[in-house]
Amino acid sequence: MQRRDFLSSAGLGLAALMLPYGRSVAAEALLEPADTALRKRLADVALGAARDGGAQYCDVRVGRYLRQSVLTREAQVRNIVNAESVGVGVRVLRDGAWGFAATSQTTPDAVAAATRQALAIAKANARAQTRKVELAPVQGVGEARWATPVRKNALAVPVADKVELLMSVNAAALKNGADFVQSNLFAINEQKYFASTDGSYIDQDIHRIWLPLTATAVDKASGKFRTRDGLSAPMGMGFEYLDADPAGKFALPGGLTGYGRSYDVIEDAIAAARHARAKLKAPSAKPGKYDLVIDPSNLFLTIHENVGHPLELDRVLGYEANYAGTSFATLDKRESGYRYGSERVNFVADKTRPGSLGAVGFDDEGVKTREWDLVRDGVLVDYQATRDEAHILGHTQSHGCSYADSWSSVQFQRMPNVSLRPGKDKLSVADMIKGVERGLYIHGRGSYSIDQQRYNAQFGGQLFFEIKNGQVAGLVEDAAYQIRTPEFWASCSAICDERDFRLGGSFFDGKGQPSQVSAVSHGAATARFDGINVINTARAL
Amino acid sequence: MSIFTEAQSKAILDKVVALSKADETSARLTGAIEGNIRFALNNISTSGVVSDVSLAVQVSFGKRVGMATINEFDDAALERVVRRAEDLARLAPENPEFMPIIDKQSYKPSPTFAAATAAIDPEFRAKVAADSIGPCREAKLTAAGFLEDGQSFVAFANSKGNFGYQTATSFNYTCTVRTDDGRGSGWVGRDLTDAGSFKAESDIRIAMRKATESAEAKALEPGKYTVILEPHAAAGLISFMMNFFDARQADEGRSFLSKKGGGNKLGEQVYDPRVNLIADPWDPRAPVMPWDVEGMPREKMPIVENGKVAALNYSRYWAQKQGKRAVGAPGNLIMAGGDKTTAELVKGTQKGILVTRTWYIRMVDPQTVLLTGLTRDGTFYIENGQIKHPIKNFRFNESPVIMLNNIEELGRPVRVAGDESTLVMMIPPMKLRDFTFTSLSDAV
Repeated sequence: MQRRDFLSSAGLGLAALMLPYGRSVAAEALLEPADTALRKRLADVALGAARDGGAQYCDVRVGRYLRQSVLTREAQVRNIVNAESVGVGVRVLRDGAWGFAATSQTTPDAVAAATRQALAIAKANARAQTRKVELAPVQGVGEARWATPVRKNALAVPVADKVELLMSVNAAALKNGADFVQSNLFAINEQKYFASTDGSYIDQDIHRIWLPLTATAVDKASGKFRTRDGLSAPMGMGFEYLDADPAGKFALPGGLTGYGRSYDVIEDAIAAARHARAKLKAPSAKPGKYDLVIDPSNLFLTIHENVGHPLELDRVLGYEANYAGTSFATLDKRESGYRYGSERVNFVADKTRPGSLGAVGFDDEGVKTREWDLVRDGVLVDYQATRDEAHILGHTQSHGCSYADSWSSVQFQRMPNVSLRPGKDKLSVADMIKGVERGLYIHGRGSYSIDQQRYNAQFGGQLFFEIKNGQVAGLVEDAAYQIRTPEFWASCSAICDERDFRLGGSFFDGKGQPSQVSAVSHGAATARFDGINVINTARAL
Repeated sequence: MSIFTEAQSKAILDKVVALSKADETSARLTGAIEGNIRFALNNISTSGVVSDVSLAVQVSFGKRVGMATINEFDDAALERVVRRAEDLARLAPENPEFMPIIDKQSYKPSPTFAAATAAIDPEFRAKVAADSIGPCREAKLTAAGFLEDGQSFVAFANSKGNFGYQTATSFNYTCTVRTDDGRGSGWVGRDLTDAGSFKAESDIRIAMRKATESAEAKALEPGKYTVILEPHAAAGLISFMMNFFDARQADEGRSFLSKKGGGNKLGEQVYDPRVNLIADPWDPRAPVMPWDVEGMPREKMPIVENGKVAALNYSRYWAQKQGKRAVGAPGNLIMAGGDKTTAELVKGTQKGILVTRTWYIRMVDPQTVLLTGLTRDGTFYIENGQIKHPIKNFRFNESPVIMLNNIEELGRPVRVAGDESTLVMMIPPMKLRDFTFTSLSDAV
């Protein structure tokens, strides 16, 4: 499940300020440093009160969450929002049950009161609980720091420069055939101070950036309209991601460009406008079986929906049954060596990859982050777990998958980065396409929908190019691929090597009730899938 | 204390307006107390109460607009938030689509508040969870559900003397029930303003029955079928379509309501003549605030009348540019229907498919509002007016515009819950021909 309506709801005027996110501040306020001594003092108040109240374990998160959004269309700035949210969340384990409470008041009294409230909730929950919480052990790390290695803090770049950049993006698109264009910039900084009764005091400074755009072309005479979204990825980087460094580009067949650790937004806006216009004239795809060559800018979302989500342990166990759903990848499948895909398919989970949205030093329960295999040589080998779930898998340590989207939200299991390992043999995209007789070459994130157990999925894309006898031919329209998860990954017949490896990502992935968002990356090299069902989505009204 | 009285709200808002040195000022005060309880695997998993209140101030100098919010209300704090909004306005670029604040309005109150809902306490929530879990445990079924309830207020004022205040309550309960072997799944949902009559112990029986009866599902070939969509199944498709009732989008040529050669389809026959959609903030079955987020008064108005498009949403800017009258954007959607229940529609069906609920609906092609999604929590084959057997879930690729041209019969509207839309909706069960299922899903 992803927030389908974030962009439309992050709308205009006073209404946008009423979004449930923090208070609006001046841009300069986003650069004020946090007071670490105060944060440690508040944390110690919570830990002391929890111990005094009989807690077996307590963790406290003193959080400052900063978000900046600049929203534009054509020659107009629709909105600029600088938001800050500050507060303290306290989680306690008492009598084998969790309790959580949070306060926006950063005073010792308020934190002590929140801790007592959390203890009372734990006590009440313990009465109704049929099985006690079992926590995988964590060695305290004392005082530790981790920061996203940004070269240019996006929040330090003046808003005027951002407006100027987006205005030139829009102008470039309009000049190259777009009738309408929308571009937005989101910069996020999470300043999280974590402390626990394990003896950890962890200070983290986490940065993320995203610049989505959409170019629209209209043919009034026929009443047709087509759009092409930007091909960038949201990243765990600073403003340097927008430096248009040629070294971060990937020259691809069909005259296309892929983007790795650097994004050339003007170049992509020009391409988007031209593609949107070309899509108006492109022929409609013939339905049937095709060999698909899928670029990482499209494949990331298939990995997210068909591998990332079904291997979330809380979903597998049934905790998400009423909202996000359950999973076909039940625990017995790991025992029986379930074949998730062909033997060349290897999925790796991590919370460490530089530049990724999931990269942090420690998760939200103080676990040092790492990398582990989910699917090895096509066989299911593991899931994604937090400290209170690790024992279910027979593990003695957590995977470090705990995350809360705010100080006021309780942390729970969230997806780490999940990536398809590149092929071991040398293979370029051009060479991969040479071997395809009748296929489609797919770029960009389109529509996506998947069932509640993650079997049946349908994905669109931004660009579908026909492949005829090993050559990239013209654009086709109205195509979407329909898959069943294990058959799709079983049909993976080739994966390009690591030279083509790139990240895609989801900036607002939703889960839980009340719903929380998280950001996560998925890496892949271009991959080939044989005999996939493609439907035609054109209709007449 | 997050629910301010009208007098308390007015005092704060009047101070804000008086403090401002800007050309125009408007302020909006909102507060809510929201409680929730979540359960899964027949156990309570989390519960909590969140209480919050916030003041947003918007000021303008010429066409430059600045906004700021705060959650403290002493005089110094009010001064701070006004000055911050003014500072931001002076730094902001000119907005070419700037509109002056609205004039003084008169609002007719709507029945959005129910004392019974506002009185909900942790014990009530725990009982809802227990009443959902208990019968399931006894019947060897597994319940996972969520209840979120709340009371709230909104108050606003501006420098032209406009003022509005109203309180509201909300209640949203959903529960998914699965058979212990994972072969059957059922669902129930309630969205209410007044929770006084809510009974989890009777509602849960609906989900339990669907769970039990949907096990042993048989596969049916994908294709075009006559379907009966229960109100919750239809609501997700219809609410998605309503996103395109925007006049500007249509006039710009990027909506299914754009006309070939330019302009929009206002007044044109787009649906079966039996389709009637209205907005009515005062409908006691689905009341909403009598104003939209900008404070524009909402009206009781037809949106689709006898299948013809009767109204599009004009923003104040677009209305002025096109010489139209702007009215408040609708907050609810009431679709007319007949008197029959879903069960009565089934009785009158020779061959067809009953769909309890639709899920993960996403746009495939905005040109035709082609949507994809899946059925879940009880999909059944109907023969000779009877439910014959459960069938496996389907993926559909269907446009609500096409669907509302293929109506066989409409039933009695009910208020729907658990939809991704912000609209409060009354939707009838509907019998439709040629609904397009494109593949099977193994998901239960």
